[in-house]
Amino acid sequence: MKTLKGAATPLIAIIIAFTVGGLLMFIQGANPLTAYQSLFYNAFTTSDGIAKSLGKATPLMISGLAVTVGIRAGLFNIGAQGQLIAGALASAWAGYRFTDLPFIIHLPLALLIGILFGSLVGAIAGLLKAYRGVHEVITTIMLNSIVLQLAEYLSNGPLKEEGSIIARTPAIEESAVIPDLFGLPLGFFLGIALAAIVWWIFKNTTTGFSFETVGRNKSAAWYSGISVKKITVAAMLVSGGLAGLGGAIESLGVIGRFEPAFNAGLGFDGITIALLARANPLGVIPGAILFGGMRGAGPNMQFDAGVSPDIVDLILALVLFFVTAPLIARWFKLRNTEQRSVTSGWGN
Amino acid sequence: MSALLEISNLTKAFPGVVANNNISLHVNAGEILGLLGENGAGKSTLVKAVFGLLTPDTGVILIDGQAIEYGDTLGVISRGVGMVHQHFQLVPVMTVAENIVLGDEPKKFGLIDRKSAKAEVLRLSEKYGLEVDPDARIEDLPVGMQQRVEILKALRKDVRLLILDEPTAVLTPQETDELLDVMKNLASQGVGIILITHKLREVMAVADRVVVLRNGNVVGSASPRDTDEAGLAQMMVGRSVVLEVLKSKAKPKDVVLSIRSLEVLDDRKMPAVKGIDLEVRSGEILGIAGVEGNGQRELVEAIAGMRNRVGGQVLVDGKPTKNLHPRSVRSAGISHIPEDREKHGLVATYSIADNLVLNQFNQPPFAKGWIRDLEKVDEIAKELVEKFDVRTPSYANLANSLSGGNKQKVVVARELSQTLQVLIAAQPTRGVDVGSIEFIHNQLISARDNGAAVLLVSAELDEILSLSDRVAVIYGGKIVAIIDAEGADRNYIGRLMAGLKA
Repeated sequence: MKTLKGAATPLIAIIIAFTVGGLLMFIQGANPLTAYQSLFYNAFTTSDGIAKSLGKATPLMISGLAVTVGIRAGLFNIGAQGQLIAGALASAWAGYRFTDLPFIIHLPLALLIGILFGSLVGAIAGLLKAYRGVHEVITTIMLNSIVLQLAEYLSNGPLKEEGSIIARTPAIEESAVIPDLFGLPLGFFLGIALAAIVWWIFKNTTTGFSFETVGRNKSAAWYSGISVKKITVAAMLVSGGLAGLGGAIESLGVIGRFEPAFNAGLGFDGITIALLARANPLGVIPGAILFGGMRGAGPNMQFDAGVSPDIVDLILALVLFFVTAPLIARWFKLRNTEQRSVTSGWGN
Repeated sequence: MSALLEISNLTKAFPGVVANNNISLHVNAGEILGLLGENGAGKSTLVKAVFGLLTPDTGVILIDGQAIEYGDTLGVISRGVGMVHQHFQLVPVMTVAENIVLGDEPKKFGLIDRKSAKAEVLRLSEKYGLEVDPDARIEDLPVGMQQRVEILKALRKDVRLLILDEPTAVLTPQETDELLDVMKNLASQGVGIILITHKLREVMAVADRVVVLRNGNVVGSASPRDTDEAGLAQMMVGRSVVLEVLKSKAKPKDVVLSIRSLEVLDDRKMPAVKGIDLEVRSGEILGIAGVEGNGQRELVEAIAGMRNRVGGQVLVDGKPTKNLHPRSVRSAGISHIPEDREKHGLVATYSIADNLVLNQFNQPPFAKGWIRDLEKVDEIAKELVEKFDVRTPSYANLANSLSGGNKQKVVVARELSQTLQVLIAAQPTRGVDVGSIEFIHNQLISARDNGAAVLLVSAELDEILSLSDRVAVIYGGKIVAIIDAEGADRNYIGRLMAGLKA
């Protein structure tokens, strides 16, 4: 019952977003029903389509988890994008730089390096927040720019594929490629497993409880003996590491190298997905699948209904808008009740 | 002639609870009505209805025999009702005169006419015998003076009915006495006053009539001449309350907690604790009496390891505790009932059960290594909720859902449930109903009798005097005297609290 109730807001937000998106297509002169039919047919019914949707969903799921961990610990990690790029580039580098390694070592190594670099970028924001009081939203936004520019420079300079005309690294070795499982990308199953693990950790472990306590009431956490500073850094390490893993999976499982243009927006979609899932790690799974399907099948919509694939971005933006609107409304309501309780003492 | 205020058959229900049930009462001009009741008894709901802040379900409120329009606060104000809120609504950086005229400033060429504002304040001040300096800035004034400004502000609109919501909560005993005099003076000039409080002494001292609310009902009304404090307390809680805490004589043993030349800064980095030495023995309660803001909060937080000790030491059993490390201070044996239970004491959106183990969630038996044992948490929660009489349908409910007194019981239960050597209790019964106060007091006494060294900090002198074995008076960040609680003179302590040389 509780889960059903929790899912109401996201579902309503999605329905409204699709309705508004449909209206806009209609104004454009396209048939929204044809467009949506094409979208869902191509995303979720053909085996190719499903594979593509789930492949796209994988990095989204993991970056959604990254943002979720942050939110649970009271941190709004806007920097999933930067951490993801750091992970994507680092793992791609490890993927092509090490040759003659067996698959069983090479792939885990490359993934680990991706995680490490994501964590590193996250940790900068975490340390600044914990020990200097700099707000993580500010630092992660700035880090996004820094990492993006740095990655573009590296993939267009020192790490550039020889002879390539565009900015990209060399292709990764075969031994670092994430294989498919039952025709579906292995990364997808990894993502689901991770979502379950994160969910379990928050439900059952002392670490999860510490994160959550800091997220809900820092003063009470400090009072009860939890080191708020350490947890803040730890949460940014985990969050950044997850985002880095998302990038690594994109590089090693989808693109096969690092190419700056390909990772655009994955981390930001992660924010929307985490908010859509209301920071529930399991809720990230369906959210990411929906987003992955729309991202994957967007171009089909153009082909079948003549609408610009940009409409997908629009709908996803509307989803974000409508899912946060109730949060904003609730915030206002909370403020009202707070004001009331100042004068009432009622229910005290 | 009709009464100044007449409430008849007023009922207001909130989801799940009837806040006011068929309440009728009246206030005459020149009369002081004491409105007594525990927290949650419905006092605030009632006066909010009078002030037009909420709409009752049924019932009529008449001012001078004319019904008021619900929800019309401005209309109510224009008919001569003024309210002084528990939390002052003043702008700290503005002067007294500016604050008093705020919202309806005398203007000259579109600008505020400060001169006539000042003149008006002086006129008001003289009329009601409330002395203030119109040019003083609010933030420089002591709390009692700030309250005086609040009252003047309310009186400015030709107030005939003045509602005072817990006005003495923040005052020193001297300031309280002054306020009571002010109220009598106002009443003699024909102002009707509703005094909301749960302090029996004040009602006895000043009210012409007392109405007692309990669970939303008027359970009694009396004249102070015909009753005594015990009688009123009994009405408030529905049973006989032991106001004088029953306790055996303390049997203090070894010094457990010693504080040596402790120095602590406040939030603005100004010295707040200026070299305090204290020793608390096992089996005794040392009470710290003082007006709020004299370093008590900083002292407590520094002992608990939550605030930086810039000088000095805190020792438990002769061993120094770590600075700025609440966890190790806890494991050294110091339990802490924090002053602000909403901020520090509880995680509002956690279940009662999670809150009950907040200080030991990662220790056995509540965790086996990395994994929490939620069954054990439920077990202890069930036990503590019962033992500490936390009124809730289930320990799985959010802490948020509890009333203030029950929240405090959760904090007390948690802090007393572990074996403790030292207990720091800061304002342990603030905003707590009389029934819960008695319960919490008994818990503190039994912690003492079980050998804990208890350091009690409270703004309520009565609480300090009735619980403590020794009393240390704090003023300006220093302990100015330590005396035996037995036979201590209230007035003498009051003078020390006010910084007077006894």
